[in-house]
Amino acid sequence: MIKKVFSWVDERFPLDEMIKHELTEYPVPRNLNYMWSFGFLAMFVLVVQLLSGIFLAMHYKADVGMAFDSIQHIMRDVNYGWLIRYLHSTGASAFFALIFIHIGRTLYYGSYRRPRELLWWTGLVLLLLLMATAFMGYLLPWGQMSFWGAQVITALFGVTPFIGEEVVIWLRGDFVVGDATLTRFFALHYLFPFIICAAVAIHLVALHWVKSSNPSGITLHAKDNIPFHPYFTIKDLFGLGVFMIIFCGFVFFAPEFWIMPENNVPADPMVTPPHIVPEWYFLPFYAILRSIPDPLGGVVAMAMSILIFLAMPWLDRSNVPGGAKFRPGYRIMIYVWFLDLMLLGYLGAQAPEGIYILLGRIATFIYFGLFLMLPFISRREERRSRVQGLPREAERLIREEQEELLRSEHYLRRENDQKELKDIRKRLEDES
Amino acid sequence: MASDKDLDSPDRRDFLGKVTTAVGVVGVAGACIPFVSSMNPSKDVKAKSTSMVDLASIPKGKTHTVEWQGKPVFVTHRSDETIADMQDASTELDPQTDSERIQKPEWLVVVGLCTHLGCVPNRVEEGWICPCHGSLYDNSGRVVRGPAPNNLIVPHYEFVDEKTIIVGKKV
Repeated sequence: MIKKVFSWVDERFPLDEMIKHELTEYPVPRNLNYMWSFGFLAMFVLVVQLLSGIFLAMHYKADVGMAFDSIQHIMRDVNYGWLIRYLHSTGASAFFALIFIHIGRTLYYGSYRRPRELLWWTGLVLLLLLMATAFMGYLLPWGQMSFWGAQVITALFGVTPFIGEEVVIWLRGDFVVGDATLTRFFALHYLFPFIICAAVAIHLVALHWVKSSNPSGITLHAKDNIPFHPYFTIKDLFGLGVFMIIFCGFVFFAPEFWIMPENNVPADPMVTPPHIVPEWYFLPFYAILRSIPDPLGGVVAMAMSILIFLAMPWLDRSNVPGGAKFRPGYRIMIYVWFLDLMLLGYLGAQAPEGIYILLGRIATFIYFGLFLMLPFISRREERRSRVQGLPREAERLIREEQEELLRSEHYLRRENDQKELKDIRKRLEDES
Repeated sequence: MASDKDLDSPDRRDFLGKVTTAVGVVGVAGACIPFVSSMNPSKDVKAKSTSMVDLASIPKGKTHTVEWQGKPVFVTHRSDETIADMQDASTELDPQTDSERIQKPEWLVVVGLCTHLGCVPNRVEEGWICPCHGSLYDNSGRVVRGPAPNNLIVPHYEFVDEKTIIVGKKV
């Protein structure tokens, strides 16, 4: 009976073929480690946020007089409201933790390099969408931190030359963050996750065209790929299990860990809390913003701290394939960069006074310095590798990759296209 | 330790796969429960499931309208004359005796929504008349003239003491 239904569908829709081609029989390098499971985990958390968010929206009131109380209503009156709320607040932090690790994996293993540049850029677009969504969502509880965080960050847009003040008022819909701001942030916070879903689909299309990289950074021989099901369905499910233990540990035993106590005070436009701090996932960028004394410079630096990622495929000028595995110089740079990021995060939470100001500037300098040094260090390192030779394992993998490429679908298609172009040109010449 | 034969056995693998899937399905079903439950009435809504009415404030012959679960409820303090009339009368559209509809003869408690399409009837001497399509109810809340098909609904209520009733049941 089921078979009949499926064959009826198959005649009209490539369901079975899609499931086989993109999921169950999809080829994956056999040597992937658990660092490759974080994309799947991020997708899972996206679903958690969508579900918990929509069910929260059934009870939330986006009005300055009712927002804070509606959250209390959810926590106290709505059946399982406390659970849905904590899932959403913990999920936001979990989402960023997973994405940061996911990006770290990409940087370490060189997965942003050719032919995965578009995969990298769609990922960056996703990061920006996520940050915007989180920022707008944080205003909704209308606590002190919510209000003042939004007030400060919307004020940043005032650095726009000539029309700064008008831009800020336009963004807020009012002279200060108010009811107009709250309602529009709610509308957009509801919308953006669906844009994120579409961007994820595009990200996955890009991925399925170039296929996953692997810890060696060198494309494996076709025979060294294994089907996604059952090997990586079970591997991802196991990773999900470990993640759920940590996630549920927070949701059920330490749910207020990620909520700043100051935000349990209703927003007061007349009183600024002594210590405004953004959520932990914005801290490094906040530190960079504050390191530059000039307002416009600070905003530009903060924007560049993320936009500079776009240039990674070109900053890395090494022709040694792969990431940090066979490149000791690059590996050291990555480690220094991770540590610098953590230092920036710590500094972002401190009051900008005393030694913290100097440390902030040093850390920002290191952050950008590493990116700008990358072209020189990567080229130097490559020359050194050429002289000294790569480890034998790397050499073998590279050789196999070259052979594979010559036989690959993409390469053949390009070759065919070139040949056709030549034929057409010749025909046109003969006719004229 | 499992022997080689066990490790290669397809039956064992199938069994493990099926059990894992079954547990997974139970897990997903369990995860749905809080979300579905959150759509049921919240505590503040459930608190509205009963309403207390003070009868001492209703003089003889008068009707007070109280709110219960967002609906109007008519509480009438009936005169002896009205009680006698109602006990003698009977209706044809939805036959019910007066005694079936009251706990104490001088107190009538009915939901003030016309059983036709839900409008709130207006108080008249003979009972109530609905402004929407003209349905007529007597002083026992029974429908005398349509288009309403049924008598006014008698909600669940209890006498806490002589002077107080609680309408509705705790959810």
